[in-house]
Amino acid sequence: MKMITLFFHRLSSPPYFYNFAGKLLPWLTVLCLAFLLTGLYGGLVLAPADYQQGDSFRIIYIHVPSAWMSLFIYMVMAISGGIGLVWRIKLSEIVAICSAPIGATFTFLALVTGSLWGKPMWGTWWVWDARLTSELILLFLYLGVIALYSAIDDKRVAARATSILALVGVVNIPIIHYSVEWWNTLHQGATVTKFDKPSMHIDMLVPLLLMAVAFKLYYMIVLLLRTRCELLIREANSKWVNELVESQ
Amino acid sequence: MSDHSLSTAFYFLLKRDLTLSIRRRAEAVNPLLFFVIVITLFPLGVGARPQLLQAIAPGVIWVAALLATMLSLDSMFRSDFEDGSLEQLLLSAHPVSVLVLAKVGAHWLVTGAPLMLVAPLLAALLGLPSQGMLTLLITLLLGTPVLSLIGAIGVALTVGLRRGGIILSLLVLPLYVPILIFASNAVELAATGISVTPQLSLLAALLALALTLAPLPTAAALRISLS
Repeated sequence: MKMITLFFHRLSSPPYFYNFAGKLLPWLTVLCLAFLLTGLYGGLVLAPADYQQGDSFRIIYIHVPSAWMSLFIYMVMAISGGIGLVWRIKLSEIVAICSAPIGATFTFLALVTGSLWGKPMWGTWWVWDARLTSELILLFLYLGVIALYSAIDDKRVAARATSILALVGVVNIPIIHYSVEWWNTLHQGATVTKFDKPSMHIDMLVPLLLMAVAFKLYYMIVLLLRTRCELLIREANSKWVNELVESQ
Repeated sequence: MSDHSLSTAFYFLLKRDLTLSIRRRAEAVNPLLFFVIVITLFPLGVGARPQLLQAIAPGVIWVAALLATMLSLDSMFRSDFEDGSLEQLLLSAHPVSVLVLAKVGAHWLVTGAPLMLVAPLLAALLGLPSQGMLTLLITLLLGTPVLSLIGAIGVALTVGLRRGGIILSLLVLPLYVPILIFASNAVELAATGISVTPQLSLLAALLALALTLAPLPTAAALRISLS
């Protein structure tokens, strides 16, 4: 237990994190590529075509993992923002703010693929369906976080302000989700649930889960890259960055 | 003053803010005028067919109320921020979240409550059936305080910025979605004579939630904005 606390304690120091992330990155990249390639092969080649939707259902392998990521990243952002607010850990503030653009991109991707999928299935690019609409509102929440961060000049103050906003958003997301759901829904029900037997063929399900893992790994890679970059910018005047620059 | 209790502080802050807005009456009237003008624009834009206007009336009134509240939000902390009294407020021995509640209350009394006075008139102009009128007033009574409370978080985050207005709308409007949905849905159903108790209960629940939770992030955000 003590080892673990010590590890996290050391991890929160910028130079240690910078080196640790640098060592982690190649491994993550290999792992991510492995999951991505097997997932894509399984999803696009091995999985049988849907009896109703034909081959067009295969967009699920991008759409559903992106939609999962969009919520997951918001949670990560809020939690690490909260940690940053409580314990004033600079690193978790940076993790929170670096997550925002990635999350917004995944949300955008989920919206675009959803709309592309909607065209052959529902006959229109956009329907005011509950889940599409709450995903759109989630995108607005992300954009609000990014806009607030870029509007405040002092970046430490900005990080704390956006952390509060992310926490407020986390309380509101379920309320928004259910209010919109209640307002109007046309979306197909969830096909993957934890406790119930999934209403999806196993050959279709496995690639989907592989893709979900690949997307999570991709998020970790991009997050580490962005965090390393942000650390260098913020600590530009510190000793370890100068030593790093000189050693290059 | 020998009495330094929290309730006196709350009362004096409320009274001070109300007095200030009575002295600056024009500022308080502007959101109301905005509310009326926006609603007047809709028949001009979508055409004056009575059935259409009647169908969109609940949504239009509520969207206009949302925008009017949002535009008036900036006045909540702005002048106090500029003359430094907000800093004095944060230095006080009382919990800031309670003092914030007094300011939000004053803001609602000046900008939210008057909406209820003109809303029936505008609803009549749009041809909303009279059986929906009472529900409209109840939704405004329950909903507009929530708008002020959630808005206060957004204003507290942006009060230090010179051009906070546009960002404020981006921060606050997505959070207004549930209120808009429940309130306009309630008015719509009430106009057709269906019972709307669930919607009103949900609005009341949101009000209770916002009253208890919203002042805390507002206080934290004010501390950050003034640091």
